[in-house]
Amino acid sequence: MENIAEEVLKGNRYALAKAITAIENERENAMEIMQKLYPHTGHAYVLGITGPPGAGKSTLTDKLAKEYRRQGKTVGIIAIDPSSPFSGGAILGDRIRMNDLTLDDGVFMRSMGTRGSLGGLSHKTADAVKVMDAFGMDVIFVETVGVGQSEVDIVKAADTTMVVLIPGMGDDIQAIKAGILEIGDIFTINKADHDGADKLATELNMMLDLDGVMKEWRPPIMKTIANQNIGIAEVVETFGKHHNHIDGNGQLTVRRTERTKNEMLDLLDSRIGEHIRRNVVENGKIDKLVEEIKARRTDPYTEAAKIVSEMLK
Amino acid sequence: MDKIKVLVAKPGLDGHDRGAKVVARALRDAGFEVVYTGLRQTPEQIAAAAAEEDVDVVAMSLLSGAHPHLFPAVVKLVREKGMKDALIIGGGVIPDGDIPALKEAGVSEVFTPGTPTGDIVEYIKAHVKK
Repeated sequence: MENIAEEVLKGNRYALAKAITAIENERENAMEIMQKLYPHTGHAYVLGITGPPGAGKSTLTDKLAKEYRRQGKTVGIIAIDPSSPFSGGAILGDRIRMNDLTLDDGVFMRSMGTRGSLGGLSHKTADAVKVMDAFGMDVIFVETVGVGQSEVDIVKAADTTMVVLIPGMGDDIQAIKAGILEIGDIFTINKADHDGADKLATELNMMLDLDGVMKEWRPPIMKTIANQNIGIAEVVETFGKHHNHIDGNGQLTVRRTERTKNEMLDLLDSRIGEHIRRNVVENGKIDKLVEEIKARRTDPYTEAAKIVSEMLK
Repeated sequence: MDKIKVLVAKPGLDGHDRGAKVVARALRDAGFEVVYTGLRQTPEQIAAAAAEEDVDVVAMSLLSGAHPHLFPAVVKLVREKGMKDALIIGGGVIPDGDIPALKEAGVSEVFTPGTPTGDIVEYIKAHVKK
Protein backbone atom coordinates (compact mmCIF):
# COMPACT_ATOMS: atom_id res chain seq x y z
CA MET A 1 0.00 0.00 0.00
CA GLU A 2 1.23 3.43 -0.89
CA ASN A 3 1.12 6.42 1.42
CA ILE A 4 0.19 4.40 4.47
CA ALA A 5 0.66 7.30 6.90
CA GLU A 6 -1.51 9.62 4.82
CA GLU A 7 -4.18 6.95 4.57
CA VAL A 8 -4.13 6.38 8.33
CA LEU A 9 -4.74 10.09 8.88
CA LYS A 10 -7.66 9.90 6.46
CA GLY A 11 -9.27 7.20 8.59
CA ASN A 12 -8.49 4.21 6.38
CA ARG A 13 -8.77 1.13 8.63
CA TYR A 14 -6.80 -1.13 6.31
CA ALA A 15 -3.99 1.44 6.27
CA LEU A 16 -4.00 1.34 10.07
CA ALA A 17 -3.62 -2.44 9.89
CA LYS A 18 -0.80 -2.11 7.37
CA ALA A 19 0.97 0.49 9.51
CA ILE A 20 0.95 -1.82 12.53
CA THR A 21 2.24 -4.68 10.38
CA ALA A 22 5.10 -2.51 9.13
CA ILE A 23 6.04 -1.63 12.71
CA GLU A 24 5.78 -5.19 13.99
CA ASN A 25 7.95 -6.59 11.27
CA GLU A 26 10.43 -3.72 11.22
CA ARG A 27 9.78 -3.09 7.56
CA GLU A 28 11.71 -0.42 5.71
CA ASN A 29 8.80 1.96 5.65
CA ALA A 30 8.18 1.71 9.38
CA MET A 31 10.34 4.63 10.36
CA GLU A 32 8.83 6.95 7.76
CA ILE A 33 5.32 5.99 8.88
CA MET A 34 6.16 6.77 12.51
CA GLN A 35 7.86 10.04 11.59
CA LYS A 36 4.80 11.18 9.66
CA LEU A 37 2.31 10.08 12.29
CA TYR A 38 4.14 11.19 15.44
CA PRO A 39 3.02 14.84 15.26
CA HIS A 40 -0.58 13.62 15.33
CA THR A 41 -0.25 11.67 18.57
CA GLY A 42 -0.83 12.64 22.18
CA HIS A 43 -4.62 12.70 22.31
CA ALA A 44 -5.68 9.17 23.11
CA TYR A 45 -6.10 8.00 26.67
CA VAL A 46 -4.19 4.77 27.18
CA LEU A 47 -5.48 2.13 29.57
CA GLY A 48 -3.29 -0.77 30.60
CA ILE A 49 -5.03 -3.99 31.58
CA THR A 50 -2.90 -6.63 33.23
CA GLY A 51 -3.28 -9.60 35.54
CA PRO A 52 -2.79 -13.35 35.64
CA PRO A 53 -4.00 -15.59 32.82
CA GLY A 54 -7.64 -16.55 33.23
CA ALA A 55 -8.57 -13.47 35.23
CA GLY A 56 -10.94 -12.35 32.50
CA LYS A 57 -8.96 -9.44 31.07
CA SER A 58 -10.25 -9.93 27.53
CA THR A 59 -13.85 -10.39 28.60
CA LEU A 60 -13.56 -7.27 30.75
CA THR A 61 -11.95 -5.31 27.95
CA ASP A 62 -14.81 -6.31 25.67
CA LYS A 63 -17.38 -5.00 28.13
CA LEU A 64 -15.42 -1.85 28.93
CA ALA A 65 -14.97 -1.09 25.25
CA LYS A 66 -18.72 -1.45 24.71
CA GLU A 67 -19.40 0.99 27.55
CA TYR A 68 -17.03 3.53 25.98
CA ARG A 69 -18.77 2.99 22.66
CA ARG A 70 -22.11 3.67 24.35
CA GLN A 71 -20.58 6.98 25.43
CA GLY A 72 -19.66 7.75 21.84
CA LYS A 73 -15.93 7.19 22.15
CA THR A 74 -13.80 5.31 19.61
CA VAL A 75 -11.71 2.49 20.98
CA GLY A 76 -8.45 0.84 20.01
CA ILE A 77 -7.45 -2.48 21.53
CA ILE A 78 -4.07 -4.15 21.48
CA ALA A 79 -4.27 -7.68 22.84
CA ILE A 80 -0.96 -9.29 23.64
CA ASP A 81 -0.40 -13.02 23.99
CA PRO A 82 2.82 -14.91 24.65
CA SER A 83 5.00 -16.15 21.82
CA SER A 84 6.52 -19.60 22.25
CA PRO A 85 10.13 -19.29 23.31
CA PHE A 86 10.84 -22.46 21.32
CA SER A 87 9.05 -22.09 18.02
CA GLY A 88 8.60 -18.33 18.01
CA GLY A 89 4.96 -18.87 17.10
CA ALA A 90 1.91 -17.83 19.07
CA ILE A 91 -1.76 -18.47 19.50
CA LEU A 92 -3.36 -15.04 19.63
CA GLY A 93 -6.65 -15.90 21.22
CA ASP A 94 -7.92 -12.74 22.87
CA ARG A 95 -10.23 -11.75 20.02
CA ILE A 96 -12.38 -14.76 20.80
CA ARG A 97 -13.73 -12.94 23.85
CA MET A 98 -14.33 -9.75 21.91
CA ASN A 99 -16.08 -11.02 18.80
CA ASP A 100 -18.97 -8.54 18.99
CA LEU A 101 -16.53 -5.70 18.48
CA THR A 102 -15.20 -6.99 15.17
CA LEU A 103 -17.96 -5.39 13.13
CA ASP A 104 -18.02 -2.12 15.06
CA ASP A 105 -16.32 0.53 12.96
CA GLY A 106 -15.65 2.57 16.07
CA VAL A 107 -13.35 -0.17 17.38
CA PHE A 108 -10.04 -1.40 16.02
CA MET A 109 -8.57 -4.52 17.54
CA ARG A 110 -5.13 -5.97 16.92
CA SER A 111 -3.49 -9.03 18.39
CA MET A 112 0.27 -9.10 18.96
CA GLY A 113 2.66 -11.80 20.13
CA THR A 114 5.37 -10.95 22.62
CA ARG A 115 7.97 -12.25 20.13
CA GLY A 116 10.67 -12.79 22.66
CA SER A 117 10.44 -9.36 24.17
CA LEU A 118 11.31 -10.06 27.81
CA GLY A 119 8.86 -7.58 29.20
CA GLY A 120 6.08 -8.60 26.85
CA LEU A 121 5.79 -5.02 25.74
CA SER A 122 8.36 -3.74 23.36
CA HIS A 123 8.61 -0.42 21.67
CA LYS A 124 6.53 -1.98 18.92
CA THR A 125 3.48 -2.01 21.14
CA ALA A 126 4.11 1.62 22.05
CA ASP A 127 4.36 2.40 18.33
CA ALA A 128 1.14 0.55 17.61
CA VAL A 129 -0.54 2.65 20.31
CA LYS A 130 0.77 5.79 18.61
CA VAL A 131 -0.56 4.74 15.24
CA MET A 132 -4.01 4.14 16.73
CA ASP A 133 -3.71 7.51 18.48
CA ALA A 134 -2.89 9.27 15.20
CA PHE A 135 -5.80 7.43 13.57
CA GLY A 136 -8.05 9.16 16.06
CA MET A 137 -8.93 6.62 18.72
CA ASP A 138 -10.16 8.28 21.92
CA VAL A 139 -9.32 5.39 24.21
CA ILE A 140 -6.74 2.67 23.65
CA PHE A 141 -6.62 -0.53 25.71
CA VAL A 142 -3.37 -2.43 25.99
CA GLU A 143 -4.08 -5.86 27.37
CA THR A 144 -1.06 -7.84 28.43
CA VAL A 145 0.01 -11.35 29.11
CA GLY A 146 -0.02 -10.77 32.83
CA VAL A 147 2.97 -12.79 33.93
CA GLY A 148 6.29 -11.52 35.09
CA GLN A 149 7.95 -8.40 33.85
CA SER A 150 5.15 -7.32 31.59
CA GLU A 151 3.16 -6.11 34.57
CA VAL A 152 5.80 -3.51 35.18
CA ASP A 153 6.30 -2.71 31.51
CA ILE A 154 2.70 -1.83 30.99
CA VAL A 155 2.95 1.09 33.38
CA LYS A 156 5.39 2.60 30.98
CA ALA A 157 2.89 2.47 28.11
CA ALA A 158 -0.34 3.41 29.85
CA ASP A 159 -1.86 6.49 31.48
CA THR A 160 -3.94 4.38 33.85
CA THR A 161 -3.18 0.76 34.72
CA MET A 162 -5.76 -1.69 35.96
CA VAL A 163 -4.76 -4.97 37.56
CA VAL A 164 -7.37 -7.69 37.22
CA LEU A 165 -7.44 -10.44 39.81
CA ILE A 166 -9.78 -13.30 40.57
CA PRO A 167 -10.61 -14.92 43.90
CA GLY A 168 -9.61 -18.41 44.79
CA MET A 169 -6.18 -18.47 43.19
CA GLY A 170 -4.73 -20.50 46.02
CA ASP A 171 -3.11 -18.35 48.67
CA ASP A 172 -4.42 -14.88 47.98
CA ILE A 173 -1.00 -13.51 48.75
CA GLN A 174 0.26 -15.39 45.70
CA ALA A 175 -1.79 -13.10 43.55
CA ILE A 176 -0.35 -10.05 45.18
CA LYS A 177 3.25 -10.46 44.20
CA ALA A 178 5.89 -7.80 44.06
CA GLY A 179 5.21 -5.36 41.30
CA ILE A 180 1.47 -5.71 41.00
CA LEU A 181 0.68 -3.67 44.08
CA GLU A 182 3.01 -0.97 42.93
CA ILE A 183 1.69 -0.59 39.41
CA GLY A 184 -2.06 -0.80 39.83
CA ASP A 185 -3.93 2.48 39.74
CA ILE A 186 -7.10 0.43 39.99
CA PHE A 187 -7.60 -3.15 41.16
CA THR A 188 -10.53 -5.09 39.82
CA ILE A 189 -11.65 -8.36 41.29
CA ASN A 190 -13.39 -10.13 38.43
CA LYS A 191 -15.60 -13.22 38.83
CA ALA A 192 -16.63 -11.48 42.03
CA ASP A 193 -19.47 -13.96 42.50
CA HIS A 194 -16.90 -16.64 43.30
CA ASP A 195 -15.96 -17.58 46.85
CA GLY A 196 -13.20 -15.49 48.31
CA ALA A 197 -13.93 -12.22 46.53
CA ASP A 198 -14.48 -10.30 49.75
CA LYS A 199 -11.48 -11.93 51.36
CA LEU A 200 -9.30 -10.90 48.43
CA ALA A 201 -10.58 -7.34 48.62
CA THR A 202 -9.71 -7.24 52.31
CA GLU A 203 -6.25 -8.67 51.69
CA LEU A 204 -5.61 -6.12 48.94
CA ASN A 205 -6.72 -3.28 51.16
CA MET A 206 -4.49 -4.51 53.95
CA MET A 207 -1.55 -4.67 51.57
CA LEU A 208 -2.27 -1.16 50.35
CA ASP A 209 -2.49 0.01 53.97
CA LEU A 210 0.91 -1.50 54.66
CA ASP A 211 2.31 0.42 51.75
CA GLY A 212 3.92 3.06 53.93
CA VAL A 213 4.24 5.87 51.43
CA MET A 214 1.25 8.20 51.54
CA LYS A 215 0.12 8.48 47.98
CA GLU A 216 -2.47 10.94 46.81
CA TRP A 217 -4.43 8.36 44.91
CA ARG A 218 -5.51 5.33 46.88
CA PRO A 219 -6.14 2.60 44.27
CA PRO A 220 -9.78 1.64 44.51
CA ILE A 221 -10.75 -2.04 44.65
CA MET A 222 -13.53 -2.68 42.16
CA LYS A 223 -15.63 -5.80 41.77
CA THR A 224 -16.96 -7.08 38.50
CA ILE A 225 -18.63 -10.08 36.97
CA ALA A 226 -17.55 -9.32 33.44
CA ASN A 227 -19.45 -12.02 31.60
CA GLN A 228 -22.67 -10.77 33.19
CA ASN A 229 -21.79 -7.14 32.50
CA ILE A 230 -21.84 -6.31 36.22
CA GLY A 231 -19.65 -3.53 37.63
CA ILE A 232 -18.55 -2.29 34.21
CA ALA A 233 -19.95 1.23 34.28
CA GLU A 234 -18.38 1.76 37.70
CA VAL A 235 -14.95 0.77 36.38
CA VAL A 236 -15.26 3.17 33.44
CA GLU A 237 -16.29 5.90 35.87
CA THR A 238 -13.22 5.12 37.97
CA PHE A 239 -10.97 5.35 34.90
CA GLY A 240 -12.45 8.81 34.42
CA LYS A 241 -11.78 9.74 38.03
CA HIS A 242 -8.15 8.63 37.77
CA HIS A 243 -7.74 10.50 34.52
CA ASN A 244 -9.05 13.68 36.09
CA HIS A 245 -6.89 13.14 39.14
CA ILE A 246 -3.59 12.76 37.29
CA ASP A 247 -4.54 15.46 34.82
CA GLY A 248 -5.31 17.82 37.66
CA ASN A 249 -2.15 17.26 39.69
CA GLY A 250 0.24 17.21 36.77
CA GLN A 251 0.96 13.51 37.13
CA LEU A 252 -0.30 12.82 33.63
CA THR A 253 2.34 15.09 32.17
CA VAL A 254 5.00 13.50 34.37
CA ARG A 255 3.97 9.99 33.29
CA ARG A 256 3.92 10.87 29.63
CA THR A 257 7.30 12.52 29.90
CA GLU A 258 8.68 9.37 31.55
CA ARG A 259 7.04 7.36 28.81
CA THR A 260 8.57 9.38 26.03
CA LYS A 261 11.98 9.04 27.66
CA ASN A 262 11.61 5.27 28.12
CA GLU A 263 10.43 4.85 24.57
CA MET A 264 13.43 6.79 23.31
CA LEU A 265 15.76 4.58 25.34
CA ASP A 266 13.98 1.42 24.16
CA LEU A 267 14.32 2.62 20.60
CA LEU A 268 18.02 3.28 21.06
CA ASP A 269 18.50 -0.14 22.66
CA SER A 270 16.71 -1.71 19.76
CA ARG A 271 18.70 0.15 17.09
CA ILE A 272 21.97 -0.73 18.75
CA GLY A 273 20.85 -4.34 19.11
CA GLU A 274 20.06 -4.35 15.40
CA HIS A 275 23.51 -3.04 14.61
CA ILE A 276 25.08 -5.79 16.69
CA ARG A 277 22.89 -8.40 15.03
CA ARG A 278 23.92 -7.30 11.59
CA ASN A 279 27.60 -6.70 12.23
CA VAL A 280 28.47 -9.40 14.69
CA VAL A 281 25.92 -12.20 14.50
CA GLU A 282 24.83 -12.40 10.90
CA ASN A 283 28.30 -12.21 9.42
CA GLY A 284 29.53 -15.01 11.64
CA LYS A 285 31.97 -12.82 13.50
CA ILE A 286 30.54 -13.98 16.79
CA ASP A 287 31.14 -17.65 16.01
CA LYS A 288 34.84 -16.98 15.45
CA LEU A 289 34.99 -14.98 18.66
CA VAL A 290 33.31 -17.78 20.58
CA GLU A 291 35.98 -20.23 19.43
CA GLU A 292 38.73 -17.88 20.59
CA ILE A 293 36.94 -17.34 23.88
CA LYS A 294 36.39 -21.07 24.45
CA ALA A 295 40.09 -21.68 23.89
CA ARG A 296 40.79 -19.01 26.50
CA ARG A 297 42.91 -17.09 23.97
CA THR A 298 40.71 -14.13 24.79
CA ASP A 299 37.70 -13.40 27.00
CA PRO A 300 34.14 -12.08 26.46
CA TYR A 301 34.86 -8.81 28.29
CA THR A 302 37.80 -7.81 26.13
CA GLU A 303 35.98 -8.72 22.93
CA ALA A 304 32.82 -6.89 23.95
CA ALA A 305 34.82 -3.77 24.72
CA LYS A 306 36.54 -4.02 21.32
CA ILE A 307 33.23 -4.32 19.47
CA VAL A 308 31.73 -1.37 21.30
CA SER A 309 34.71 0.90 20.74
CA GLU A 310 34.68 -0.01 17.04
CA MET A 311 30.99 0.82 16.87
CA LEU A 312 31.58 4.16 18.45
CA LYS A 313 34.36 5.21 16.08
CA MET B 1 11.40 -10.57 12.26
CA ASP B 2 8.59 -11.26 9.83
CA LYS B 3 6.17 -13.90 11.05
CA ILE B 4 3.58 -15.66 8.98
CA LYS B 5 0.24 -14.64 10.44
CA VAL B 6 -2.76 -16.92 10.03
CA LEU B 7 -6.40 -16.42 10.90
CA VAL B 8 -8.02 -19.74 11.83
CA ALA B 9 -11.75 -19.26 11.55
CA LYS B 10 -14.87 -21.36 11.81
CA PRO B 11 -17.62 -19.90 9.68
CA GLY B 12 -21.25 -20.69 10.23
CA LEU B 13 -23.04 -22.90 12.69
CA ASP B 14 -20.55 -25.63 13.39
CA GLY B 15 -19.44 -26.53 16.88
CA HIS B 16 -16.65 -28.95 16.00
CA ASP B 17 -13.51 -27.05 16.81
CA ARG B 18 -11.03 -29.79 17.61
CA GLY B 19 -9.63 -29.81 14.09
CA ALA B 20 -9.21 -26.06 14.04
CA LYS B 21 -7.44 -26.16 17.39
CA VAL B 22 -5.14 -28.97 16.27
CA VAL B 23 -4.20 -27.02 13.16
CA ALA B 24 -3.77 -23.81 15.17
CA ARG B 25 -1.31 -25.48 17.49
CA ALA B 26 0.58 -27.11 14.64
CA LEU B 27 0.95 -23.73 12.97
CA ARG B 28 2.14 -22.17 16.22
CA ASP B 29 4.71 -24.94 16.62
CA ALA B 30 5.90 -24.13 13.12
CA GLY B 31 6.57 -20.56 14.23
CA PHE B 32 3.46 -18.90 12.83
CA GLU B 33 1.27 -16.41 14.68
CA VAL B 34 -2.26 -17.74 14.75
CA VAL B 35 -5.27 -15.58 15.44
CA TYR B 36 -8.01 -17.94 16.59
CA THR B 37 -11.46 -16.42 16.62
CA GLY B 38 -13.55 -19.36 17.77
CA LEU B 39 -16.94 -20.65 16.71
CA ARG B 40 -19.87 -19.28 14.76
CA GLN B 41 -18.19 -16.55 12.78
CA THR B 42 -20.03 -14.87 9.97
CA PRO B 43 -18.15 -14.26 6.71
CA GLU B 44 -18.31 -10.54 7.55
CA GLN B 45 -16.63 -11.11 10.91
CA ILE B 46 -13.95 -13.28 9.36
CA ALA B 47 -13.10 -10.73 6.69
CA ALA B 48 -13.13 -7.86 9.18
CA ALA B 49 -10.81 -9.71 11.55
CA ALA B 50 -8.53 -10.75 8.69
CA ALA B 51 -8.14 -7.12 7.62
CA GLU B 52 -7.61 -5.73 11.12
CA GLU B 53 -5.00 -8.36 11.85
CA ASP B 54 -3.55 -8.01 8.33
CA VAL B 55 -3.07 -11.76 8.12
CA ASP B 56 -1.14 -13.54 5.41
CA VAL B 57 -3.41 -16.57 5.47
CA VAL B 58 -7.10 -17.15 6.14
CA ALA B 59 -7.69 -20.78 7.11
CA MET B 60 -11.28 -21.89 7.41
CA SER B 61 -12.54 -25.00 9.12
CA LEU B 62 -16.00 -26.34 8.42
CA LEU B 63 -17.62 -29.65 9.18
CA SER B 64 -21.28 -28.78 8.74
CA GLY B 65 -21.51 -29.05 4.98
CA ALA B 66 -22.09 -25.36 4.41
CA HIS B 67 -18.74 -24.85 2.67
CA PRO B 68 -20.13 -24.38 -0.85
CA HIS B 69 -21.81 -21.22 0.34
CA LEU B 70 -19.61 -19.99 3.14
CA PHE B 71 -16.11 -20.52 1.74
CA PRO B 72 -16.70 -18.46 -1.43
CA ALA B 73 -18.52 -15.84 0.66
CA VAL B 74 -15.45 -15.42 2.84
CA VAL B 75 -13.15 -15.24 -0.18
CA LYS B 76 -15.28 -12.50 -1.73
CA LEU B 77 -15.41 -10.40 1.43
CA VAL B 78 -11.70 -10.79 2.16
CA ARG B 79 -10.81 -9.62 -1.35
CA GLU B 80 -13.23 -6.73 -1.02
CA LYS B 81 -11.25 -5.55 2.00
CA GLY B 82 -8.34 -5.00 -0.33
CA MET B 83 -6.48 -8.13 0.78
CA LYS B 84 -5.58 -9.35 -2.67
CA ASP B 85 -2.52 -11.32 -1.59
CA ALA B 86 -3.93 -13.23 1.35
CA LEU B 87 -3.71 -16.99 0.93
CA ILE B 88 -7.12 -18.54 1.57
CA ILE B 89 -7.32 -22.21 2.47
CA GLY B 90 -9.92 -24.50 3.97
CA GLY B 91 -10.38 -27.80 5.70
CA GLY B 92 -12.93 -29.98 7.39
CA VAL B 93 -15.53 -32.38 6.09
CA ILE B 94 -15.41 -31.54 2.42
CA PRO B 95 -16.16 -34.12 -0.27
CA ASP B 96 -13.47 -34.36 -2.94
CA GLY B 97 -16.10 -33.61 -5.56
CA ASP B 98 -16.71 -30.19 -4.04
CA ILE B 99 -13.11 -29.10 -4.11
CA PRO B 100 -12.81 -27.92 -7.76
CA ALA B 101 -15.69 -25.49 -7.28
CA LEU B 102 -14.09 -24.14 -4.13
CA LYS B 103 -10.82 -23.60 -5.96
CA GLU B 104 -12.70 -21.84 -8.72
CA ALA B 105 -14.10 -19.53 -6.09
CA GLY B 106 -10.63 -18.64 -4.85
CA VAL B 107 -9.82 -21.18 -2.14
CA SER B 108 -6.22 -22.11 -2.93
CA GLU B 109 -6.24 -25.53 -1.32
CA VAL B 110 -8.50 -27.73 0.76
CA PHE B 111 -7.07 -30.05 3.40
CA THR B 112 -9.37 -32.93 4.22
CA PRO B 113 -9.31 -35.27 7.24
CA GLY B 114 -6.13 -37.30 7.48
CA THR B 115 -3.89 -34.61 6.06
CA PRO B 116 -0.71 -34.43 8.13
CA THR B 117 -0.47 -31.02 9.72
CA GLY B 118 3.07 -30.79 8.36
CA ASP B 119 1.60 -30.72 4.85
CA ILE B 120 -0.46 -27.68 5.74
CA VAL B 121 2.60 -25.95 7.19
CA GLU B 122 4.66 -26.67 4.09
CA TYR B 123 1.89 -25.55 1.78
CA ILE B 124 1.58 -22.24 3.56
CA LYS B 125 5.34 -21.68 3.55
CA ALA B 126 5.48 -22.44 -0.16
CA HIS B 127 2.51 -20.31 -1.22
CA VAL B 128 2.29 -17.41 1.17
CA LYS B 129 3.01 -14.03 -0.35
CA LYS B 130 5.30 -11.97 1.84
